[in-house]
Amino acid sequence: MANVLANIFGSSPVRPLEKHIGVAFQCAKQLHAFFAAAIKGNWEKASAVRGEIERLEHEADDLKKQIRLSLPKSLFMPVPREDLLELLLVQDKIANRTRDVSGIVMGRKMPIPAVIADQFLEFVDRNVDAAKQARKSVRELDELFTAGFRGAEVNLVEALIEELDRIETDTDDKQAALRGAVFEIEDTLNPVDAVFLYQVIELTGEIADMAERVGRRLELLLSH
Amino acid sequence: MEAEIVYIVLAAIFGLFMAWGIGANDVANAMATSVGSKALTIKQAILVAAIFEFLGAVLAGGEVTDTVRKGIVDTDLLAGSPKLLVYGMLAALLAAGTWLFIASKNGWPVSTTHSIVGAIVGFAAVGIGVDAVQWAKVGTIVMSWVVSPLIAGFIAYLIYQTVQRLILRQDDPLAKAKRYVPVYIFLAAFTITLVTILKGLSHVGLTISIRESYLLATVIAISIALLGAVAIRRIEPDKKAEKHQHFYTVERVFGILMIVTACGMAFAHGSNDVANAIGPLAAVVSVAQNGVITAKAGLPIWVLMLGGAGIVVGLATYGRHVIATVGKKITQLTPSRGFAAELAAATTIVIASGTGIPISTTHTLVGAVLGVGLARGIEAIDLRVVARILVSWVVTIPAGAFLAIVFFFIFKTVLP
Repeated sequence: MANVLANIFGSSPVRPLEKHIGVAFQCAKQLHAFFAAAIKGNWEKASAVRGEIERLEHEADDLKKQIRLSLPKSLFMPVPREDLLELLLVQDKIANRTRDVSGIVMGRKMPIPAVIADQFLEFVDRNVDAAKQARKSVRELDELFTAGFRGAEVNLVEALIEELDRIETDTDDKQAALRGAVFEIEDTLNPVDAVFLYQVIELTGEIADMAERVGRRLELLLSH
Repeated sequence: MEAEIVYIVLAAIFGLFMAWGIGANDVANAMATSVGSKALTIKQAILVAAIFEFLGAVLAGGEVTDTVRKGIVDTDLLAGSPKLLVYGMLAALLAAGTWLFIASKNGWPVSTTHSIVGAIVGFAAVGIGVDAVQWAKVGTIVMSWVVSPLIAGFIAYLIYQTVQRLILRQDDPLAKAKRYVPVYIFLAAFTITLVTILKGLSHVGLTISIRESYLLATVIAISIALLGAVAIRRIEPDKKAEKHQHFYTVERVFGILMIVTACGMAFAHGSNDVANAIGPLAAVVSVAQNGVITAKAGLPIWVLMLGGAGIVVGLATYGRHVIATVGKKITQLTPSRGFAAELAAATTIVIASGTGIPISTTHTLVGAVLGVGLARGIEAIDLRVVARILVSWVVTIPAGAFLAIVFFFIFKTVLP
């Protein structure tokens, strides 16, 4: 009887979602150290960072499963359950892409040409920035719920998402420039390496794409 | 003479058992919201509960006690055999107490009020005769069980909407909270004091004209609001905590308001639910002392004391743990949301108490929480559990009634 009041509250997905994006960002953040080691050819260090990436990716996966399980259809929420699950899914993809990229580089002990090294790291960092901005935006979820998805808080989140979009556009520009730079030196590369280098650039760029989609999902929540 | 003493002692024991159960379980729902939102510590919550439950029972609980002891059973029919009423009321107390005990052991969401009303109707209809039940009154009571959560939900919805519009959605919510929260404190204090003065004080022998009542309620409410305003002014913004939670300091302002609504909730609970335990006890005592059923018999003060004491003991022995457990689970009910639910529920309950209608405090509070949810104020409400609560009330009434019938026939055979 005493538990009536306690039990009518389903477990809130808000804090877990905020925690999940935190882990996904931490995962993406490792890419800097990973590529820095790879560029130097320090595969021992790269392998250690890769281990950390895998651990964080697993952690994000576990959180994702827990959140899904704690969101039964009988929940009555201010926003549709499906939208929250979609948000969770794109958040998780930030960690997935990080794992994929580091996996390819690690598996092939892929050499990254010194000529493009600085430009490459800058591009990686900008993608990590996008993930960070996504985290900052998602962390406003509890305030959004408190304010009922209206008013000053909405403007604040919209500003955060605009900034996220700017970062993503920036990664696109950097990606194009980086591909150009790789094209310039293509003849000097082993053809298979060149193909994979393009693929790694592509996949890394998807981290910012996923971060941007986190923003799109948040916007959808705002429109309710 | 000896038989009368046995009746009184038995009724006192059963009443105490029931009051203990209310203190142990029911009060937790009224107080846990404040503890969960950290507006009060457990110790403060128990102190507030002990004082305001007691005040509620004494100042505003008379009407409901009267309904429970003589409003449901047609006592005129029993004028010739007052003992039947004694057996019946004893049976009802024991039945409701037992059923509540079983239910809370199993975690079923049942209501004290539904149990006791079901038990009284049960023994009267089967033990004495269908005509012995005042069906019109029972109909009103059952209607109120549907209506009270709806009204509380509606009020909570409106209150939370104003909170969002006036405070939470503004550019500077802290400044707005400091400005408007004293107004909410005034409203909360005004409603509860006014209903108490209008409906309750006559029971303790005070008569005040309607004009004076409004004046007195206004003066009391303004004083409380001023006290609250002083406490609110002292709250300094915590920049560090606000980095993580923009509403951190705003919620602390609402925490002050929640202390007021927690007092109101304890008062409301005392005014309505204590009657469940002491109503039947009062009926037994009045028959045993006078030998006849007198419609005019007053309420002996020691009966009220016993009810109040039972609740306090229940709170101290078991209730504190329940409050702590429930408090931990309802973190979604932040002060800004929790006060809206509490204020709506307390208002609804106090008005019902003033009219003498026994309603379920817990169900009313659940209705109020749903109202806040409808105003998009709660992150997730589990509708399965809400459905289970609805079902539980259909089960509680026959269960209480059945147990009461069994006990009634046992007492009829065993007791002198």
